[in-house]
Amino acid sequence: MANRSLQISAWALSGGIAVLVLGTALALAVQAKGVGLHPADWAALRFTLTQAALSTLLSCLLAVPVARALARCTFRGRRALILLMGAPFLLPVIVAVLGLLSLYGRNGLLNQTLQALGLPTVTIYGLHGVVLAHVFFNLPLATRMLLNGWHAIPAERFRLAQTLGLPSPFRHIEAPMLAAVLPGIALSIFLVCLTSFVVALTLGGGPAATTLELAIYQALRFDFDPGHAALLAGVQFAICAVAVSLAARFTLAEGLGLGLDRAPVGQKAHWVDAPVLALAALFLILPLVAVVADGAPAVLQLPALVWQAALRSAVMALVAAGLSVTAALILVQAKVAGAAWVEGAAMLPLATSGLVLGTGLFVLTRAFVRPESLALPVTVLVNALMALPFVFRVLLPQARDLHRTYDQLAQTLGLCGGARLRWLTLPRLARPLGLGAGLAAALSMGDLGVVALFAGQDQATLPLVVQRLSGAYRMDQAAAAALVLVLCSFALFALCDIGGRRAAP
Amino acid sequence: MLHLDHLTLTQDGFSVTADWSLAAGARLALLGPSGAGKSTLLMGLAGFITPSAGRVLWQGKDLATLSPAQRPVSILFQDQNLFAHLTLAQNLGLAVHPRLALSTADRARVEAVLKRLGLAGYGPRKPASLSGGQLGRAALGRVLLQARPILLLDEPFAALGPALKADLLGLVSELAAENGTTVVLVTHDPSDARRFADVVGMVHDGVADAPVATQAIFADPPPALRAYLG
Repeated sequence: MANRSLQISAWALSGGIAVLVLGTALALAVQAKGVGLHPADWAALRFTLTQAALSTLLSCLLAVPVARALARCTFRGRRALILLMGAPFLLPVIVAVLGLLSLYGRNGLLNQTLQALGLPTVTIYGLHGVVLAHVFFNLPLATRMLLNGWHAIPAERFRLAQTLGLPSPFRHIEAPMLAAVLPGIALSIFLVCLTSFVVALTLGGGPAATTLELAIYQALRFDFDPGHAALLAGVQFAICAVAVSLAARFTLAEGLGLGLDRAPVGQKAHWVDAPVLALAALFLILPLVAVVADGAPAVLQLPALVWQAALRSAVMALVAAGLSVTAALILVQAKVAGAAWVEGAAMLPLATSGLVLGTGLFVLTRAFVRPESLALPVTVLVNALMALPFVFRVLLPQARDLHRTYDQLAQTLGLCGGARLRWLTLPRLARPLGLGAGLAAALSMGDLGVVALFAGQDQATLPLVVQRLSGAYRMDQAAAAALVLVLCSFALFALCDIGGRRAAP
Repeated sequence: MLHLDHLTLTQDGFSVTADWSLAAGARLALLGPSGAGKSTLLMGLAGFITPSAGRVLWQGKDLATLSPAQRPVSILFQDQNLFAHLTLAQNLGLAVHPRLALSTADRARVEAVLKRLGLAGYGPRKPASLSGGQLGRAALGRVLLQARPILLLDEPFAALGPALKADLLGLVSELAAENGTTVVLVTHDPSDARRFADVVGMVHDGVADAPVATQAIFADPPPALRAYLG
């Protein structure tokens, strides 16, 4: 490797990540009280796996017709629709849940309609509500990843199928592509759903609909039983680690990339495409509209506490984004310079979850410090860590390109260290750095996980304030705060992304 | 004198060997089919590949421990000789000082080189706004400012078409003669070798033959050159 200090930083950083991820897991294993799971724990494990499997199945099945329709239709607003498919990834989970509640909740639009028609009402709480929310988040992600698959099929192949007079290109062209890409997409979504906390906290609950993550939270927050929390976190870590090792060959970030708005491949549209796209668009847009419509009236009457929380969250998100991008930049450069193992370190956080990390850090530090005093720094650290795999994946293709194009020239000029960073790396990678920072900042801004474990009354982040307000049934204020939250998330993302584009040569 | 002492270079499972020397100030063309090992040899001289056996010596000193930037060597790649996001002045400035902390005198040197190459006033321009010939000359400006005693050229200017390429190779000859630079040119075009080099070394099947005077080698081609010329 050309640069010794880069290599040392990459080693140190990987070591730090491994210590955090594996060290917390080890601390949990040591702390775990007993080895037997209660019946309630088994129920949580079963529910976690069931809801993740169902959510994955539905997201993938529904994504196929949507992606297929997008792949073969041209229409005004196609780009906007594809862009919209990226929005749920940036949307704070608590906000999306409020949007879904506004439509499908007890007094939501759906039940009001049913009542008006004299039909029985439905409840969103329980397994189907959790699955609905997960499909809302993962259907668009799956669609974007599948669309990549469709774009990767050369147009000539569809023309060949037409020349050969095949009745449909599905069997010989599309089905093999789906068979190749769907397993990876499914595993990625399964992994995301395994660690779902906020959805279960708000739409699940009770003995019948508690995920492991939620059980960890309850054991720590309400039962004050760190040993039991540690046991549950250990189980959670184990199943995530198994899932991530299965998914290691696939990438989560494929659906996040740019360049998805290419023109459709050589296929004709089908009559079914229009209704499919219309339904998908409505399914995604309506909750967003509900968030805006519910939240807008009370925004200006929000108490100062909400604005303070917004500022606190935004600062934390920017710090987490800075940490995440710095770490990803160091690791990605070491990786393209030949240290292949670095990728493992960058992907390691996928094997854990915010709550597992949080519980581990709680167990490790509680002898020395009060948990409240660490709430905010730990949240920033955990958010930076959890965003790292995504940021790394966003940087990797262009970092590889940069290395291939300019590494030898830089070496002959003796361009290294800070000078190389300033004159070569930062300008050439400005765009993916901005995009990565935007993703990390938005994810971090909207995260409600570890902070819920630790935070005292006076150090709430904005997602926590939204959750507390809705938990107290102050729905007007909750909706308004949720609107502020989603605007902050999108604004941070746009700020970083546009900043990166502007800085790019 | 550049001495390749029982040198073996290995890259991706492919090896090339060489055991000869080249007088300081000489102009050598390495000629041979693609895949024969010409570029591998050049990358070894530039310091991008560590020898698996043998040594590279310049004026009696082993270059093994020197990084590409520390070697008495500058190199023109096939392409990507300038950073696309920096201006010409910045690109050439990096050759003077890798932190781009330039004194007034440094700036004047850059401007003088641009002028010498017919690029006066082009300093603030970015590479994308230049023609192929101008890019070639700007790249030469970079190696001129590096002012190393050995210049390596890896199929340079190949994308430019014969007339422009001949022009630029003529300019390289002129500049090399002015500064007493030792030049090693990798090419698959025999007419480049004829026009440019005083000595020619055939590279074939992983062996780089000792250089032979250009006129002599074309007057009485050895079997490898005869096979190559067809």
